[in-house]
Amino acid sequence: MDQRRPYRSFVSYIDRSREYYAAQGYSQPYTWAHHDDAPFTPLKKPLSECRVGLVTTAGKMDAEAEGQGRRKTRELYALAANPAPMRMFTADLFWDKGATHTDDVDSFLPLNRLAEYAAGSRIESVSPRFYGVPTDYSQGRTSLRDAPKILEWCREDGVGAMLLSAL
Amino acid sequence: MSLVARHLEENGVPTVVLGSARDIVEECGVARFVFTDFPLGNPCGKPWDTEMQRSIVGTALNLLERAWMPRTTVQTPFRWGNDEWRDAFMRVDDSNREAFAREGEERRRRQAEAKKGNRYRNGKS
Repeated sequence: MDQRRPYRSFVSYIDRSREYYAAQGYSQPYTWAHHDDAPFTPLKKPLSECRVGLVTTAGKMDAEAEGQGRRKTRELYALAANPAPMRMFTADLFWDKGATHTDDVDSFLPLNRLAEYAAGSRIESVSPRFYGVPTDYSQGRTSLRDAPKILEWCREDGVGAMLLSAL
Repeated sequence: MSLVARHLEENGVPTVVLGSARDIVEECGVARFVFTDFPLGNPCGKPWDTEMQRSIVGTALNLLERAWMPRTTVQTPFRWGNDEWRDAFMRVDDSNREAFAREGEERRRRQAEAKKGNRYRNGKS
Protein backbone atom coordinates (compact mmCIF):
# COMPACT_ATOMS: atom_id res chain seq x y z
CA MET A 1 0.00 0.00 0.00
CA ASP A 2 1.53 3.28 -1.12
CA GLN A 3 -1.13 5.64 0.26
CA ARG A 4 -4.49 5.82 1.95
CA ARG A 5 -7.24 7.90 0.34
CA PRO A 6 -10.77 8.81 1.43
CA TYR A 7 -11.95 8.94 -2.23
CA ARG A 8 -11.78 6.84 -5.38
CA SER A 9 -8.91 7.72 -7.70
CA PHE A 10 -10.43 7.51 -11.15
CA VAL A 11 -12.64 10.33 -12.37
CA SER A 12 -16.37 9.65 -12.57
CA TYR A 13 -17.41 11.31 -15.79
CA ILE A 14 -21.05 10.55 -15.04
CA ASP A 15 -20.86 12.61 -11.83
CA ARG A 16 -18.65 15.28 -13.35
CA SER A 17 -20.81 15.91 -16.43
CA ARG A 18 -24.02 15.93 -14.36
CA GLU A 19 -22.62 18.66 -12.09
CA TYR A 20 -21.22 20.58 -15.06
CA TYR A 21 -24.52 20.72 -16.94
CA ALA A 22 -26.50 21.38 -13.76
CA ALA A 23 -24.27 24.45 -13.22
CA GLN A 24 -25.32 25.58 -16.71
CA GLY A 25 -28.95 25.40 -15.63
CA TYR A 26 -29.99 22.10 -17.23
CA SER A 27 -32.43 20.56 -14.80
CA GLN A 28 -32.68 17.15 -16.45
CA PRO A 29 -29.40 15.24 -16.23
CA TYR A 30 -28.30 13.09 -19.16
CA THR A 31 -29.20 9.47 -18.51
CA TRP A 32 -26.38 7.07 -19.36
CA ALA A 33 -26.87 3.56 -20.70
CA HIS A 34 -26.97 0.95 -17.96
CA HIS A 35 -27.33 -2.81 -18.32
CA ASP A 36 -27.41 -5.48 -15.66
CA ASP A 37 -26.06 -8.06 -18.08
CA ALA A 38 -23.40 -7.99 -20.79
CA PRO A 39 -23.23 -10.21 -23.90
CA PHE A 40 -20.07 -12.24 -24.45
CA THR A 41 -18.64 -14.05 -27.46
CA PRO A 42 -15.46 -16.07 -26.93
CA LEU A 43 -12.76 -15.93 -29.58
CA LYS A 44 -13.48 -18.73 -32.06
CA LYS A 45 -9.96 -19.29 -33.36
CA PRO A 46 -6.43 -18.24 -32.43
CA LEU A 47 -5.74 -14.53 -32.83
CA SER A 48 -2.97 -15.38 -35.27
CA GLU A 49 -5.74 -16.56 -37.63
CA CYS A 50 -8.04 -13.57 -37.00
CA ARG A 51 -8.52 -10.40 -38.97
CA VAL A 52 -8.84 -7.59 -36.44
CA GLY A 53 -10.79 -4.37 -36.98
CA LEU A 54 -10.78 -1.03 -35.23
CA VAL A 55 -13.67 1.33 -34.39
CA THR A 56 -13.13 4.95 -33.33
CA THR A 57 -15.33 7.77 -32.04
CA ALA A 58 -13.19 10.32 -33.90
CA GLY A 59 -14.49 11.94 -37.09
CA LYS A 60 -12.88 11.89 -40.50
CA MET A 61 -10.99 14.97 -41.61
CA ASP A 62 -12.66 16.79 -44.48
CA ALA A 63 -12.79 20.30 -45.88
CA GLU A 64 -15.94 21.22 -43.98
CA ALA A 65 -14.63 19.99 -40.65
CA GLU A 66 -11.32 21.69 -41.16
CA GLY A 67 -12.75 24.99 -42.39
CA GLN A 68 -15.47 25.46 -39.80
CA GLY A 69 -14.04 23.57 -36.86
CA ARG A 70 -17.20 21.51 -36.68
CA ARG A 71 -19.31 19.12 -38.70
CA LYS A 72 -22.94 19.60 -39.64
CA THR A 73 -23.65 15.92 -39.24
CA ARG A 74 -21.95 13.15 -37.38
CA GLU A 75 -22.07 10.40 -39.96
CA LEU A 76 -20.79 6.87 -39.75
CA TYR A 77 -17.97 6.03 -42.09
CA ALA A 78 -15.54 3.29 -43.12
CA LEU A 79 -12.14 4.35 -44.45
CA ALA A 80 -9.02 2.61 -45.75
CA ALA A 81 -6.78 1.53 -42.87
CA ASN A 82 -3.61 1.47 -44.95
CA PRO A 83 -2.01 3.94 -45.04
CA ALA A 84 -3.26 5.03 -41.61
CA PRO A 85 -4.63 8.60 -41.58
CA MET A 86 -2.23 11.26 -40.36
CA ARG A 87 -5.00 13.32 -38.77
CA MET A 88 -8.53 12.82 -37.52
CA PHE A 89 -11.21 15.36 -36.59
CA THR A 90 -11.74 15.48 -32.83
CA ALA A 91 -12.41 19.16 -32.10
CA ASP A 92 -16.14 18.71 -31.57
CA LEU A 93 -15.83 15.70 -29.27
CA PHE A 94 -15.79 15.50 -25.50
CA TRP A 95 -12.19 15.01 -24.31
CA ASP A 96 -9.74 16.84 -22.07
CA LYS A 97 -8.46 19.62 -24.32
CA GLY A 98 -6.72 21.31 -21.39
CA ALA A 99 -4.55 18.33 -20.45
CA THR A 100 -3.65 16.67 -23.74
CA HIS A 101 -3.96 16.72 -27.54
CA THR A 102 -4.91 14.34 -30.35
CA ASP A 103 -2.09 15.18 -32.80
CA ASP A 104 -0.80 11.61 -32.70
CA VAL A 105 -3.59 9.54 -34.23
CA ASP A 106 -2.15 6.30 -32.81
CA SER A 107 -2.86 7.57 -29.29
CA PHE A 108 -6.57 6.95 -29.96
CA LEU A 109 -6.71 5.07 -33.29
CA PRO A 110 -3.73 2.69 -33.16
CA LEU A 111 -3.76 1.42 -36.77
CA ASN A 112 0.04 1.52 -37.00
CA ARG A 113 0.44 -0.43 -33.75
CA LEU A 114 -2.08 -2.99 -34.97
CA ALA A 115 -0.23 -3.29 -38.30
CA GLU A 116 2.96 -4.04 -36.34
CA TYR A 117 1.17 -6.89 -34.56
CA ALA A 118 0.05 -8.20 -37.97
CA ALA A 119 3.64 -7.97 -39.28
CA GLY A 120 4.76 -9.98 -36.24
CA SER A 121 1.99 -12.59 -36.87
CA ARG A 122 0.35 -11.93 -33.49
CA ILE A 123 -2.83 -11.38 -35.52
CA GLU A 124 -3.57 -12.63 -39.03
CA SER A 125 -4.23 -9.17 -40.50
CA VAL A 126 -5.72 -5.73 -39.93
CA SER A 127 -9.11 -5.14 -41.54
CA PRO A 128 -8.66 -3.16 -44.80
CA ARG A 129 -11.03 -0.53 -43.40
CA PHE A 130 -11.48 1.07 -40.01
CA TYR A 131 -14.86 2.29 -38.84
CA GLY A 132 -16.02 5.61 -37.41
CA VAL A 133 -18.90 6.09 -34.99
CA PRO A 134 -18.68 9.75 -33.93
CA THR A 135 -20.22 10.02 -30.46
CA ASP A 136 -23.97 10.48 -30.61
CA TYR A 137 -25.89 11.28 -27.46
CA SER A 138 -28.93 9.52 -28.87
CA GLN A 139 -28.67 5.96 -27.60
CA GLY A 140 -31.54 4.99 -29.92
CA ARG A 141 -29.60 6.09 -33.01
CA THR A 142 -26.46 4.32 -31.79
CA SER A 143 -28.28 1.04 -31.16
CA LEU A 144 -30.71 1.01 -34.06
CA ARG A 145 -28.74 2.72 -36.83
CA ASP A 146 -25.01 2.77 -36.06
CA ALA A 147 -24.37 -0.61 -34.45
CA PRO A 148 -26.09 -2.69 -37.20
CA LYS A 149 -24.14 -0.79 -39.87
CA ILE A 150 -20.81 -1.47 -38.13
CA LEU A 151 -21.77 -5.16 -37.91
CA GLU A 152 -22.56 -5.16 -41.64
CA TRP A 153 -19.16 -3.61 -42.51
CA CYS A 154 -17.48 -6.01 -40.13
CA ARG A 155 -19.00 -8.99 -41.98
CA GLU A 156 -18.16 -7.53 -45.41
CA ASP A 157 -14.52 -7.21 -44.34
CA GLY A 158 -14.29 -10.63 -42.65
CA VAL A 159 -13.43 -9.14 -39.24
CA GLY A 160 -13.04 -11.86 -36.59
CA ALA A 161 -12.44 -9.58 -33.59
CA MET A 162 -12.93 -5.86 -33.01
CA LEU A 163 -11.11 -3.26 -30.95
CA LEU A 164 -13.23 -0.19 -30.09
CA SER A 165 -11.40 2.89 -28.92
CA ALA A 166 -13.43 5.63 -27.23
CA LEU A 167 -11.88 9.12 -27.11
CA MET B 1 -19.24 3.08 -28.35
CA SER B 2 -20.07 0.53 -25.63
CA LEU B 3 -23.50 0.03 -27.21
CA VAL B 4 -21.82 -0.83 -30.53
CA ALA B 5 -19.53 -3.32 -28.75
CA ARG B 6 -22.54 -4.97 -27.13
CA HIS B 7 -24.30 -5.28 -30.51
CA LEU B 8 -21.23 -6.93 -32.07
CA GLU B 9 -20.96 -9.37 -29.14
CA GLU B 10 -24.67 -10.22 -29.43
CA ASN B 11 -24.03 -11.09 -33.06
CA GLY B 12 -20.99 -13.29 -32.59
CA VAL B 13 -18.09 -10.83 -32.92
CA PRO B 14 -15.67 -10.76 -29.95
CA THR B 15 -14.78 -7.22 -28.89
CA VAL B 16 -12.57 -5.25 -26.56
CA VAL B 17 -13.19 -1.59 -25.64
CA LEU B 18 -10.21 0.69 -24.92
CA GLY B 19 -11.04 3.77 -22.90
CA SER B 20 -10.40 6.14 -20.02
CA ALA B 21 -13.98 6.81 -18.85
CA ARG B 22 -14.25 3.82 -16.58
CA ASP B 23 -17.66 4.51 -15.08
CA ILE B 24 -19.39 5.17 -18.41
CA VAL B 25 -18.14 1.91 -19.99
CA GLU B 26 -18.75 -0.24 -16.92
CA GLU B 27 -22.25 1.14 -16.33
CA CYS B 28 -23.14 0.25 -19.91
CA GLY B 29 -21.61 -3.21 -19.50
CA VAL B 30 -19.23 -4.63 -22.12
CA ALA B 31 -17.53 -7.97 -22.62
CA ARG B 32 -13.89 -6.82 -22.29
CA PHE B 33 -12.48 -3.42 -21.30
CA VAL B 34 -8.90 -2.12 -21.21
CA PHE B 35 -8.90 0.88 -18.88
CA THR B 36 -6.05 3.39 -18.92
CA ASP B 37 -6.34 6.03 -16.20
CA PHE B 38 -5.50 9.04 -18.38
CA PRO B 39 -7.30 12.28 -19.20
CA LEU B 40 -9.85 11.67 -21.97
CA GLY B 41 -8.27 11.77 -25.43
CA ASN B 42 -5.49 9.16 -25.50
CA PRO B 43 -6.99 5.80 -24.48
CA CYS B 44 -4.37 3.89 -26.51
CA GLY B 45 -1.30 5.53 -24.97
CA LYS B 46 0.41 8.90 -24.68
CA PRO B 47 0.98 10.83 -27.92
CA TRP B 48 4.22 9.77 -29.66
CA ASP B 49 4.95 7.05 -27.08
CA THR B 50 4.95 4.06 -29.43
CA GLU B 51 6.15 1.61 -26.78
CA MET B 52 3.27 2.48 -24.49
CA GLN B 53 0.78 2.31 -27.38
CA ARG B 54 2.14 -1.11 -28.37
CA SER B 55 1.75 -2.32 -24.80
CA ILE B 56 -1.84 -1.10 -24.49
CA VAL B 57 -2.87 -2.61 -27.84
CA GLY B 58 -1.06 -5.82 -26.81
CA THR B 59 -3.08 -5.88 -23.58
CA ALA B 60 -6.28 -5.59 -25.62
CA LEU B 61 -5.21 -8.52 -27.83
CA ASN B 62 -4.33 -10.63 -24.77
CA LEU B 63 -7.70 -9.84 -23.25
CA LEU B 64 -9.49 -10.98 -26.42
CA GLU B 65 -7.88 -14.38 -25.95
CA ARG B 66 -7.97 -14.76 -22.21
CA ALA B 67 -11.22 -13.28 -20.89
CA TRP B 68 -13.64 -16.08 -20.07
CA MET B 69 -16.62 -14.00 -18.95
CA PRO B 70 -18.16 -10.57 -19.68
CA ARG B 71 -17.38 -7.36 -17.77
CA THR B 72 -13.70 -8.27 -17.61
CA THR B 73 -11.82 -5.00 -16.98
CA VAL B 74 -8.04 -4.81 -17.10
CA GLN B 75 -6.30 -1.63 -15.95
CA THR B 76 -2.99 -0.84 -17.66
CA PRO B 77 -0.09 0.14 -15.36
CA PHE B 78 0.56 3.56 -16.90
CA ARG B 79 0.38 6.89 -15.07
CA TRP B 80 -0.15 10.27 -16.75
CA GLY B 81 2.60 11.94 -14.72
CA ASN B 82 0.55 14.36 -12.65
CA ASP B 83 -2.93 14.34 -11.18
CA GLU B 84 -3.93 17.95 -11.87
CA TRP B 85 -6.22 17.00 -14.74
CA ARG B 86 -8.41 14.93 -12.42
CA ASP B 87 -9.83 17.97 -10.62
CA ALA B 88 -9.46 20.50 -13.41
CA PHE B 89 -11.64 18.81 -16.04
CA MET B 90 -15.22 20.23 -16.07
CA ARG B 91 -14.63 21.59 -12.59
CA VAL B 92 -17.46 23.63 -11.10
CA ASP B 93 -16.64 25.87 -8.14
CA ASP B 94 -17.39 29.35 -6.81
CA SER B 95 -14.97 30.94 -9.28
CA ASN B 96 -16.88 29.82 -12.39
CA ARG B 97 -20.42 29.01 -11.20
CA GLU B 98 -21.94 32.31 -12.36
CA ALA B 99 -20.14 32.21 -15.68
CA PHE B 100 -21.47 28.68 -16.34
CA ALA B 101 -25.01 29.78 -15.49
CA ARG B 102 -24.74 32.67 -17.99
CA GLU B 103 -23.26 30.38 -20.62
CA GLY B 104 -26.13 27.92 -20.22
CA GLU B 105 -28.73 30.68 -20.51
CA GLU B 106 -27.07 32.06 -23.61
CA ARG B 107 -26.97 28.62 -25.25
CA ARG B 108 -30.65 27.97 -24.53
CA ARG B 109 -31.53 31.38 -25.95
CA ARG B 110 -29.61 30.62 -29.18
CA GLN B 111 -31.18 27.19 -29.44
CA ALA B 112 -34.69 28.61 -28.95
CA GLU B 113 -34.05 31.20 -31.68
CA ALA B 114 -32.73 28.57 -34.07
CA LYS B 115 -35.81 26.44 -33.41
CA LYS B 116 -38.09 29.39 -34.08
CA GLY B 117 -36.25 30.06 -37.33
CA ASN B 118 -36.72 26.46 -38.44
CA ARG B 119 -40.45 26.60 -37.73
CA TYR B 120 -40.87 29.67 -39.93
CA ARG B 121 -38.85 28.08 -42.73
CA ASN B 122 -41.02 24.97 -42.55
CA GLY B 123 -44.18 27.09 -42.86
CA LYS B 124 -45.38 26.50 -39.31
CA SER B 125 -46.23 29.12 -36.77
